[in-house]
Amino acid sequence: MRIFGETKERMDKRQADRRQGAPGEREVQTRTAPAVERAQEMVVENLSAYYGNFKAITDVSMHIRPNKITALIGPSGCGKSTFIRTLNRMHEVAPGGRIEGRVLLDGEDIYARDVDPVRVRRRVGMVFQKPNPFPTMSIYDNVVAGLKLTRRRKKSELDEIVERTLRQAALWDEVKNKLSESGTSLSGGQQQRLCIARTLAVEPEVILMDEPASALDPISTQKIEDAMEELKERYTVVIVTHNMQQAARISDYTGFFYIENMGDPGRLWEFDETDKIFSNPGRKETEDYVTGRFG
Amino acid sequence: MTTRLTDVTSNYRRRKLVDSVMTGVAYVCTAVAVAALGFVLFYVVVRGLGAWNLEFFTSTTKYFGEGGGIANALYGTAVIVAFAALMGVPVGIMAGIYLAEYGENRLGNVVRFVADTMTGFPSIVLGLFVYGLLVLAYGFHGFAGSVALAVMMLPIVARTTEEIIRLVPDSIREASLALGVPRWKTILRVVIPTAMSGIITGVILALARVAGETAPLIFTILGNQFWNTDPFSGAMAAVSLFVFEASKSPYEAVQQTAWGGALVLVLIVLVLNLTARFIASRGSVR
Repeated sequence: MRIFGETKERMDKRQADRRQGAPGEREVQTRTAPAVERAQEMVVENLSAYYGNFKAITDVSMHIRPNKITALIGPSGCGKSTFIRTLNRMHEVAPGGRIEGRVLLDGEDIYARDVDPVRVRRRVGMVFQKPNPFPTMSIYDNVVAGLKLTRRRKKSELDEIVERTLRQAALWDEVKNKLSESGTSLSGGQQQRLCIARTLAVEPEVILMDEPASALDPISTQKIEDAMEELKERYTVVIVTHNMQQAARISDYTGFFYIENMGDPGRLWEFDETDKIFSNPGRKETEDYVTGRFG
Repeated sequence: MTTRLTDVTSNYRRRKLVDSVMTGVAYVCTAVAVAALGFVLFYVVVRGLGAWNLEFFTSTTKYFGEGGGIANALYGTAVIVAFAALMGVPVGIMAGIYLAEYGENRLGNVVRFVADTMTGFPSIVLGLFVYGLLVLAYGFHGFAGSVALAVMMLPIVARTTEEIIRLVPDSIREASLALGVPRWKTILRVVIPTAMSGIITGVILALARVAGETAPLIFTILGNQFWNTDPFSGAMAAVSLFVFEASKSPYEAVQQTAWGGALVLVLIVLVLNLTARFIASRGSVR
């Protein structure tokens, strides 16, 4: 059973098209991309997350591979967003947010006693569901906000970072002549790509995306998906999505979250290579979900 | 048999009638409210404008006979309100930030309750409080009035700052935190700039509120017919206090200057309010 065979082929073709690309474009890419490989793996061990006394997810274990896109799918309210927010300690920002279990970044437990969540978040960046550019800042300042607010940088260095990250986020051509305009003056899709550039600017090792395209039109979604495929060359990417075609198109691994009975905490029902999840899932609920029988 | 859309039923007639009556009542009530304000404004302008001349703005207050102005009272109001702002605004803003960002606990609730109670506190009691605190020991002086006004401003500034900061969406805070920006820096460099125009609006409205206050000044600055430029010693004049005192005078000319002073007060409040509205209309959070 290959439900998304067609889509997969289309994607391969697109990637091939890009590889050929215009020669000039390729040059820019190689010139601006730093040589250092920064992607890291994350290992989640028996993770449970709570809001106060409410247990939102239970006993999740997952190996998130470097330089791969891991998609998290599942019905609403099954803990995908909660889970992804535990990966950079944003979960504890919510009132009563706490976890049990371990989350390892490059072998280090990010929840260990002496770990500063601020340092975790510098290494594990996040793009949110709703585009959230800083309303008081220009496009330029939005991109470098994370850098300016955390350490001093030279202007020339910042200029270079702005161009590189906006290119990576596939936004440069649309905004290069109006970098001083307000970030909120952009369309929703452009704002979201601005937020991706802003996340890239602080050079994280892992990028988390919580339904980054759910509020966007198909063309903006396409642009973000294109950007993501390039991102995985240098980053580890985790994405929550409600769009199963999207998961099938872009991800290498897929985790299916599911709640068996109302009121139970969410569980990682199945985790495997994306091809396997969509063509030959191991559990009935996964198959029902990816074939659109519920959810 | 079905009714046609154009058939007029009694129910429809009743609704039409109630509708027009209620709309009429609403219009009348609005007119009454606006008329009261308009009448006060009109009356103050008509009576006050007559008092305005060069002498009115250049000479000191006088409670007897002819002439006299409000120069020393204007100076007093400016200095007293400035010192009040210097004390009340920073503390109020900091308290507001605390309430909005860290105040989801018992202490926050207590502070909020106290602030709300203080906002409705009779201002003359604040004057009495400062009288016991400062005036008994150091005598009447302008700064004592500033302290009383600062205490009045504090809860207003704190609560408006809190409300405005709460309007900053959490998504903005999360965006900053997720970039690895520490919480304090997120508040200082992202949240407060986003809320800035609203905070300034709140401060100006608080200034407008206390600039015309009279009661807290009676027990603190006392009022003075002569120039006293030192807010830290000796009785001082203020416009509101002068209006209050002079309006009780039996002399026609003194009453006239009181109207002039009232017009000045109204204008100060009006200008401050317009400034606040202008700044608010340009902000990113409203």
